[in-house]
Amino acid sequence: MSEIFHFPEGTVTKSELMDLTMTHLLGKLREEYQAPEPPPSTRWQDKVILGEIVPGSTVLDLGCGQGELLGRLIADMGVKGQAVEVDPEAAMAAMELGVPVLSLDVNEIIGDFPDQSFDCVILESTLQTLKEPLKVMREILRVGRGAIVSFPNFGHWRVRLDLAIRGRMPVTPGLPYSWHDTPNIHLCALADFKDYCHENNVNIVKGFALVEGRVSPLGDDSNLSAEEVLLFLEKAK
Amino acid sequence: MSVDGDELKDSHGPDHPQSVGWTRAQKMTLFTESHKPLVLESGGVLRSVEAEYETYGRLNDMASNAVLVCHALTGDAHAAGWDVDPAGPLREFRHKKPGWWDSMIGPGKAIDSNRFYVICVNVLGSCYGSTGPASINPETGLPWGLSFPVVTVGDWAHVQMELLSQLGVKKVCSVIGGSMGGQIALEMSLAYPERVSSAVILSAGHRVTTQGLAFNAVGRHAIINDPNFNSGDYYGGPQPIAGLAAARMLAQITYLSEEGMGYKFGRRLRGKASPDFTLTGIEFEMESYLSHQAESFVRRYDANSYLYMTRAMDYYEAAEKWGNGDLTKTAARIKARTMVVSFSSDWLFPPELCRELVSAMCRAGCPVSYLNIPSRYGHDAFLVETEAVRRLIAIFLKDSTG
Repeated sequence: MSEIFHFPEGTVTKSELMDLTMTHLLGKLREEYQAPEPPPSTRWQDKVILGEIVPGSTVLDLGCGQGELLGRLIADMGVKGQAVEVDPEAAMAAMELGVPVLSLDVNEIIGDFPDQSFDCVILESTLQTLKEPLKVMREILRVGRGAIVSFPNFGHWRVRLDLAIRGRMPVTPGLPYSWHDTPNIHLCALADFKDYCHENNVNIVKGFALVEGRVSPLGDDSNLSAEEVLLFLEKAK
Repeated sequence: MSVDGDELKDSHGPDHPQSVGWTRAQKMTLFTESHKPLVLESGGVLRSVEAEYETYGRLNDMASNAVLVCHALTGDAHAAGWDVDPAGPLREFRHKKPGWWDSMIGPGKAIDSNRFYVICVNVLGSCYGSTGPASINPETGLPWGLSFPVVTVGDWAHVQMELLSQLGVKKVCSVIGGSMGGQIALEMSLAYPERVSSAVILSAGHRVTTQGLAFNAVGRHAIINDPNFNSGDYYGGPQPIAGLAAARMLAQITYLSEEGMGYKFGRRLRGKASPDFTLTGIEFEMESYLSHQAESFVRRYDANSYLYMTRAMDYYEAAEKWGNGDLTKTAARIKARTMVVSFSSDWLFPPELCRELVSAMCRAGCPVSYLNIPSRYGHDAFLVETEAVRRLIAIFLKDSTG
């Protein structure tokens, strides 16, 4: 039987009291932080990548969505590109931008690309949706001389708060889905991913974090402060 | 028009602003002026070849806007518009009828005749205007029949490229084809990588499956064993129509799918509520459809041509021809921007086969687009799923010159 607490306004159970306290606490904590800015209209990852890709290089974009990034890389930077996008509607939109697209699941096709056949393999906001993320990680580092991976950081403070205090699955700008309709089946924190890289001889050459709507270089506190991260990877020699 | 010759609901008249209007097939004699006879892959030699073709739109000054459309097994050069010219044998069927891909070709359509100079050539060995077994052998004054040399997909590509050269096209903007036409489109981009900018391969692959060989074998068996066949020398006499009809009925089944047939016909009886318990009459809707298709087909096609067409498809093995059996080495020849499209229920050129080509292109480092369209229409889908195909082709050609 649950404990009952008596107040002048009435009585509450222990669990009801906990809920009230946590809601209050969460409100307080949130006030201390600025409200997050709306996500930028173009994907922030695209802007960073456009500035980093070498013109004329070869790029494989896995999960290209509507192909905005690779379309621009091909049109503006003379990149030789290939994209993979499982959603046929998105694939057709990408084709309309002049992007060669294979409308297939990444796992179905990645094995067909030869070792080190692309300068760069991009996996933007896709890792967390894959059935076998580690298999794909191994494959992109086999196929690409370099890889660019971005994902929502499950170590972000808002995610931690949502789970710890609200006791609910987190819904944030970077993770806008409810538990039942999310495509994200393998979420990880930046710290988890760093562990993976360490254990598998993968170097994080450089990294960027989205912190309160602003892009900054990866820092020591990124696992707590970054909503999303973008990492440039290479297989350690 | 679907493979089985049904007119699609969305075709419109020749006066419609999106129609290329009335069309008349043209003919060109090839391999004569240069005094170089056409040496076929089979070793056979043709001293001159007549090629029937139609064109829509205008070749631009740079000659950079040519789109070659390749027809399927029993197709012809009449791809778009309304045929005004019933001249020639076996032609009544198309007189005052829209072309087989009228839904795709015309002003403002997916293959836009305002932008592109569209060409469709009837293949060598066919019975629709280009030289074939029903043509007269100039040396004997009689129809060639089975003395006509065996032709291949490679020969078709050769003849069509020669015709393009004669029309002033050095580099073709796009080669587009479905089924057998897709095999030609692939062969064009393998044989002439420098002369093909882009290729669209629908419901086709680098070879016919073993099952496909089997289907073709049964079709030919039916024709060859028809009592009227007479070793292919039946012109002027009774035609081997029973054999050709059987071949067509079987082929028709391979163009559909189990699901599609079930959806269209089910087990419905033909115009009656209960069976007549007959062994020879037509009972089911499915039977009626096949026999109707066969009847109309034998009026419009030559049995010998059917043997030549199916044989050419059988022999095509791109990897053997271009890569010593290695499909990746073969695919590495391709310089064309390529789109491959398969349909989920196609069991003649199944998605797995199209995927083999796509995988090879990935292994060879050739950029490629691929979609597998969900459809219940089987192999026929490339002509029936008009909306999806129209959209894909329009998207693919969007950035092309022209």
